[in-house]
Formats: sequence, C-alpha cells, structure tokens
Amino acid sequence: MSADVAAAPAARLIANPTTESRAARLLLIGLGLGFLALFLVIPLFAVFAEAFRNGAAAYFEAFGDPDTQAAIRLTLLVAAIAVPLNVVFGLAASWAIAKFDFRGKSFLLTLIDLPFSVSPVVAGLCFIVLFGANGYFGPWLDHHGVQVIFAVPGLVIATVFVTFPFVARELIPLMQEQGTSEEEAALSLGANGWRTFWSVTLPNVRWALLYGVLLSNARAMGEFGAVSVVSGHLRGLTNTLPLQVEILYNDYNFVAAFAAATLLAGLGLVTLVVKSLLEWRYGDEISSKHRK
Amino acid sequence: MNRRSASRLFAALALAAPIAFGALPAAAQSTLTNVSYDPTRELYKDFNALFVKHWKAETGEDIKIQVSHGGSGKQARSVIDGLNADVVTLALASDIDAIAKATNKLPADWQKRLPNNSSPYTSTIVFLVRKGNPKGIKDWGDLVKPGVEVITPNPKTSGGARWNYLAAWAYGLKQNGDDPEKAKAFVAELFKHVPVLDSGARGSTTTFAQRGLGDVLLAWENEAYLSFAEFGDDKFEIVFPSVSILAEPPVAIVDANVEKNGTRKAAEAYLNLLYSPEGQSLAAKHFYRPVKPETVSNKADVERFQKLDLVTIDDTFGGWAKAQKEHFGDGGVFDEIFKPK
Repeated sequence: MSADVAAAPAARLIANPTTESRAARLLLIGLGLGFLALFLVIPLFAVFAEAFRNGAAAYFEAFGDPDTQAAIRLTLLVAAIAVPLNVVFGLAASWAIAKFDFRGKSFLLTLIDLPFSVSPVVAGLCFIVLFGANGYFGPWLDHHGVQVIFAVPGLVIATVFVTFPFVARELIPLMQEQGTSEEEAALSLGANGWRTFWSVTLPNVRWALLYGVLLSNARAMGEFGAVSVVSGHLRGLTNTLPLQVEILYNDYNFVAAFAAATLLAGLGLVTLVVKSLLEWRYGDEISSKHRK
Repeated sequence: MNRRSASRLFAALALAAPIAFGALPAAAQSTLTNVSYDPTRELYKDFNALFVKHWKAETGEDIKIQVSHGGSGKQARSVIDGLNADVVTLALASDIDAIAKATNKLPADWQKRLPNNSSPYTSTIVFLVRKGNPKGIKDWGDLVKPGVEVITPNPKTSGGARWNYLAAWAYGLKQNGDDPEKAKAFVAELFKHVPVLDSGARGSTTTFAQRGLGDVLLAWENEAYLSFAEFGDDKFEIVFPSVSILAEPPVAIVDANVEKNGTRKAAEAYLNLLYSPEGQSLAAKHFYRPVKPETVSNKADVERFQKLDLVTIDDTFGGWAKAQKEHFGDGGVFDEIFKPK
C-alpha cells in the first residue's frame, strides 16, 4: 500500500481519499450485495416459499389451528401489556435522567442497558429463580394461588425485561439535547409540573417515543429465548407465536410452521417500513440521529 | 406545541390493552394438564381426543386437555419449577423420581401405583439408516467404524438419549464378557462419532431426516416408524440391533397438583384409560409396544413389532436411580467420556 502511494503521481495523492479503483469498488459492492442476499433476502424469501409450498389453501388452513390462533392472541396480549408498561417506565426514566441531576445517574443508565447485554435465556432463568416453585417468592405466590412462571404473567414479565431499554434509549439522547430551557420557560410562565410535562416535554419527543414503541413492540412479539424458559410450552395456553413456530416445526408440520413464521416476518417488514418512514419524515426529531 | 397528537397517541395505546384482553379465551371449563416428553406428540393428540369423549360419556362433563412436549429431563425440571402438571408422562422413571425428590408432590414409591412399573406402553431403541443402508450398518459394532456419523440427542436433557446410551452400554457389556471398562471404551468411541447433540429426541429426528445429517439415527422405535409416516418409506430403513434395551416410559399423577386443581378423578381416569383396550390400541397404532398386546383391536399393529433381545434397566444397570447417578449425574461417566470437539 505505502509503495503504491509513494509511486503514484502527486495528483493521485490529493485525490478524493474515499475513491478506490473500479475493480475494488465492484468487489466491495458485490460482496456487500452478496452478503445481503445470502443472509437477508434469500432466507426471507425461503420463509414465504416454504409457507406456500402446498398452495395458498394449505397456507390459510394453518391459521385454522386453534393452538396457532391462541398463540397469535397471546402474542398480541403480551405485547399489549408489555409495550405500554415500557412507555411509562421509559418516559419516567428518560425524563428523570435527561432533565434532572442526581447521584447514581450513570449507574441508572447502565442498569437500563442491562437487558441489552444479558442473554435472554439468563433473563428467563432469573425469573425462574425469583418466581419458580422453589424460587424466592415462589412458595408465597403459590400459597396465594398466583401462578407467575409457566403462565401469562411470567411471559409478560420476561417480555418487559427484554424490551425495557428500547423506549428509554430512544428518548434519553433526544431529551438531553433538548435541554431544560423550554420546561423552565413553561414553569416561569406559571405552568405546574404535570402541565409542563404534557404540554412541553411530551410533544417534543412524540416521534422518538413512537419510534421506541415500534422497536419494543417488534421485540416483544418476536422474543423467543426469555419467554421459552418461562413458558412451559402448554399448547394453546402459554405458547407465543415464536414458540408455536418451533412446536409446529418439531411436529413435522413444516408448512404450518412457516406460515406462522410469515406473520413474524411480516411484522418485521411492517416495522421496517414504518421505522424508515419515521426516520425520513421526522429524522431530526428522532434521537437515533442525535447519537454521538 | 402539538399537545393533541401526543394525547391521541396515548389514547391509542390505552385502547390497545383492553382489546387484547377481550380476545382472551374463556377458561372456565375444567382442564387437565399432561406434561409429556418429545416423541409422544402424535400419540397424545389422538389419546386426548379419546379421553375427552370418554370423560363426557362417563360423567357428562366437558374437559380440556393441555399438553406440553419437550426433552424429558427439561420437562421434569419445569414441573419442579412449578409447571402445574396434573399428570406427567415422561421418558424414564428417574425424571419422575427427580420431581418426587425435589418437590414431594408425589410419593417416592409412585412407580408401584400402576401396573407394569407405571408404564402403559414400552419401547426400545433401534437404528434408522438411509435407504439401501449405504454404510452397511447391522449392529452396534458398525457404528464405530471410520466415517460413520451417528445422530443422538444429549443424554443430559433427553430421556431417549439416555436409553440410547444404555443400550449401547449393554451391547458393550455383552460383547466383552461383562467388562464395564470395555463397555465404557465402546460408548466413548461411539460418542466420538456424534457430530451434533440435540436437546430432545424430536430435534435429532429432524436433524437426521429433514436436514440430512449423519448416517444413522439412534431412535425410539416409535420415532423411527413415525419418520416413515412423515417422510415416506422410500427414504429410510430400520435396522434392529442384536441387543437393545427395554424402555419403559412411565406415567404418574402429581398428587399435590391434582389436589390443588381438584382434578384427581379426571387424572386417574386419564391414566387408567391408557391401560384400557382403546388406550392400548392407540399406543400400538402410534408404534409404542402395548403392555397388553392381546387387547389391541387391530392385530396388524401388534404383529409388526419384531421380537428383540432386550435387556432391562433393573437387571443390567441396577435400576434408574443407580444408572442415573453413575452415568448421567454431574461428573458421571457421560461427563467423563464426552468431550465436545
């Protein structure tokens, strides 16, 4: 490399440093596209191809299975509980972190990121240790007739855990950048804290909030590892859609498995489109553009 | 500031939750939960339908059966951790022993409560090979020939895998005048030929049949026959080894759970129905060896089972409690011989 540079005429030296030879460019673009095709496009195509292998009738028949229908309902239910909880927690946490100064703030930030760095399986096992029959709270819960693990509450808790950072992580950088001057203005004009939050803070972050909701919803509906540990795999009762896909596959029911998988793939595609729309339309109001 | 659109966003979120709640199925009807192992999916699908009809005829009540399938050891672990099973129908006695020991939810002598060591059906371990048997596999000894790849699940998590392992050990003993050191060497050599360990029997079958890995699958007899039904009999052949093991997958009521759920009667009827002629016929239909073959309605289902030289866990290994501790416990023989590549 250095020999090339030395031998090149002076004009080459001050040429645009990001320009490469034609061959190198083609090679790099080819590699990039090939990688994309191999790891993203072809598998996605394969999911749909397998789902429709025996025709559209077989595809739609797969959704007549009561267990699959129950899995779809359960997935929607878990997301409908977990995502709003995350909105509340995420708003509260980012508001506290971005607008106030207090001891242990960076520790709190690290804690919020914990679910990103912990494997979902470990998260699931933690909840077994906490709420399982032999866990810390298990016997007490059992005594009061509350089933957490291997029931819907356990699935919700595990999902809240793995999706926790999405909303907060979207809001914190944006709120930090916006600073506190608008809130100070509102307060000095006589608004109370609650009014300031609803009229100033929240509208300022609404698109970023929606963006976070979108991401946490996609993860909530697609989560496999953590919910697998706490599910117990009771058919028609505690299987979310991703777990149902695995069960159908292991039942040799390949078409139905891939049919159910197309729902998850579809959810991913919709998420991607809405996400791109948000980035395109409200890019400067979404914190991902503000991250340093 | 656009306050209205922000409130609308929240209104939408607040609305979403009750809608999803409303979509929850009503769960008023009485239910019975059967926590089972991997290859019984098809059997219990049919059997549950039979029981629902039977229970309705007997009592006039509607009942719903919930099932969960997975590696036998994993399923036992879930019941220990609080999975609310009324009955467990697992791959081997030591998994139910583990539940009894860890939770006291059923008595230690649970296995004496139902006929035939609480096993309404038995099975054994056979080889599934590719059509035409290209590697010429006839017996256990052929599995350790160079270039032969063997598919079996992980004995730590799968009941079937533990039967596979013990059947291989029994052959090792028989071949070497009951010398345990030589049997151990044989099993160690065998596991060097295993390229992938799935966590359950069903995963291994899919690995072998669907993904096309390996030359021979050590499988439950029922799982081997089932792959014919699922993938067509032009793809595989079954090889019956000179010696195998009598696998007795037991069933039991989890007493503490049925007391809590008020399901003892239904749970007892459920397990008893397994021993009835209808239950035995279904077991045979799904390639399990019925313990009362004379009661099976379709004789052809019974006649297709080959007579095999089967050793038992009690005679050869001194019972499950001993075999489990010696071979599959932490620091047991399996830990010693199996070194992942």
